[in-house]
Amino acid sequence: MDMKTSKKLGLKERYTMMTRDLAWDTTYQPMDKVFPQVGYEGIKIHDWDKWEDPFRLTMDAYWKYQAEKERKLYAILDAFNQNNGHLSVTDGRYINVLKLFLGSTPPLELMAARGFSMVGRQMVGAGPRVACQMQAVDEYRHFQTQIHSISNYNKFYHGMDEFAHQQSRMWYLSDGKSFFDDAITAGPFEFMVAIGFAFEYVLTNILFVPFISGAAYNGDMAAMTVGFSAQSDEARHMTLGLECIKFMLEQDPDNLTIVQRWIDKWTWRGTRKLASVGMMMDYMLPKRIMSFKEAWEIYFEQNGAALFTDLARYGVTIPKCFAQTVEEKEHVTHQSWLGFYMKPESTPFHTWIPGPEELDWLSEKYPNTFDKYYRPMYEYLDAQEKAGNRFNNKTQPMNCQVCVNTIKYNEPGDPMEMCFRETVYHGEKFHFCSGHCQEIFAEEPEKYIQTYISSHQALQGNCAPEGGDTRAPDFNPGQHIADYWRLDPRATGDFNGSEDQKNFAAWRDQATKN
Amino acid sequence: MTVKALADYQFKSSDALENYQGKQLLYINWEKHRMFSRPFVVALPPETMFSVIVDKYITDCYSCHPDFARIDWSAVVWQNSNTVFTPDPGKSLKENGIGHKDLIRFTTPGLNGIADTGY
Repeated sequence: MDMKTSKKLGLKERYTMMTRDLAWDTTYQPMDKVFPQVGYEGIKIHDWDKWEDPFRLTMDAYWKYQAEKERKLYAILDAFNQNNGHLSVTDGRYINVLKLFLGSTPPLELMAARGFSMVGRQMVGAGPRVACQMQAVDEYRHFQTQIHSISNYNKFYHGMDEFAHQQSRMWYLSDGKSFFDDAITAGPFEFMVAIGFAFEYVLTNILFVPFISGAAYNGDMAAMTVGFSAQSDEARHMTLGLECIKFMLEQDPDNLTIVQRWIDKWTWRGTRKLASVGMMMDYMLPKRIMSFKEAWEIYFEQNGAALFTDLARYGVTIPKCFAQTVEEKEHVTHQSWLGFYMKPESTPFHTWIPGPEELDWLSEKYPNTFDKYYRPMYEYLDAQEKAGNRFNNKTQPMNCQVCVNTIKYNEPGDPMEMCFRETVYHGEKFHFCSGHCQEIFAEEPEKYIQTYISSHQALQGNCAPEGGDTRAPDFNPGQHIADYWRLDPRATGDFNGSEDQKNFAAWRDQATKN
Repeated sequence: MTVKALADYQFKSSDALENYQGKQLLYINWEKHRMFSRPFVVALPPETMFSVIVDKYITDCYSCHPDFARIDWSAVVWQNSNTVFTPDPGKSLKENGIGHKDLIRFTTPGLNGIADTGY
């Protein structure tokens, strides 16, 4: 008897059945009530079926791929941990890259997961809805694997255990928190431009070079594997972001001005967020990959410009901040490292003055600026530290109302002058690090007057540690801020003389000598 | 421009004057001395004498810089944001026209930081 077998579905048919065929238009309630957020930002969509799905990935295939990645990742993490892999990194200072990166990134991955879940719920088309759902799961996976990766280092080094508590409270984490809070409280299309396009597409390489390549160059197999495992998802994320931009621009000519404003805003916000990432490349990786300036030239000036040339057919122009970022690539990492170095009691990671060879490397990589503006100051601070006067600026910072970076960047065209901008709104003054942040404020002042600035909150008496009473007569706002942050004092201060430095040296000796 | 929202969108400023229990915020920056990375902020009653700003807050923060001992205070140029003004040290912040979240910038002519770098 002949068996009747149905033909196996092709990729395209399978995709159609597993995504678009599962969607329907509602009849009990009108569609605009079911998807209330897709209209209010002003983006006009006429035909959701025009959304192209470049990956045509279905959920069942997705789970299979991701499970395989997880198995490989955790096998490598286990091997690394069991072999005391942390002692094979180039230098004990390297651990501070992990403290900074893994301490600040997982909560942002979680926000991305929440954001894509929310956006997925709001998208009318089944194509973007499924893609957003997968990205939400990806981001959640990155959040988890990064935390698992921290846990091994956390057994040996100080300052990694309170990252979740510190995320909403500490001064230097406020810029990342603000970045995602701004995006997630925007509408679904702006979120897609902010995270999917500006961050994941335009700027993602600047994020991954110091982290993944940095880990590889510095002997950190665990962080490198976590990074690669995440990066294989990023190709899909980038495509989603770019597809969303093209979709909006093809749907209606009125969408262009709105999309352009979001591209301008989020490219700038992303650039500000990456100043501290660039600093890892130039100052924190004992074995350097390339300078931040070189990375900016390749990944932003060349690749980014090519992307915007490609998008020019839709009328999109290069982000407004482009020229300023090109000027700033010579400066921001030096200014950022100083911003952390001068505050030794206020970060859960260590800072230090680069060694003489490292200063030479910086002079070589930054021939226009390093010797002229930064090297004499770093050498002065080095001499002070060696004389027992390690620099410690005990004051509280002034921050930008929009990006929440401390106000530490120079006036465009004048590296010796601090850049200040201010706006009066409803009788109150607001300060900014740049004209770009000032413009972002002007578009939506009602939003940015709510910014959380850590130093201001402390001065209002809102940062008492558990059990503290802000109304007690002797309560001194700001005095207990380190306790409020749950900042482990062993994790603070200069790397020279730290417990991490001593332990790393002692353990490595045990591992390599008799 | 105003924010686009689906519902009424009215929130208070996080740093409104009334949140500081009788004090006001003041930012201070020493121009061309960027070794301190950024200006600093303090919360003070508006009755605070301007002399306290110099004798306590500016001195506490900046005196570790080698230029500090060389400052000729009679030559210092004071600005409230971009506006040059001449503070009266014997008068209060309020009497000197200094309000909530004002930024006091001071320039010390001839002193331009470590090796004239602006730092």
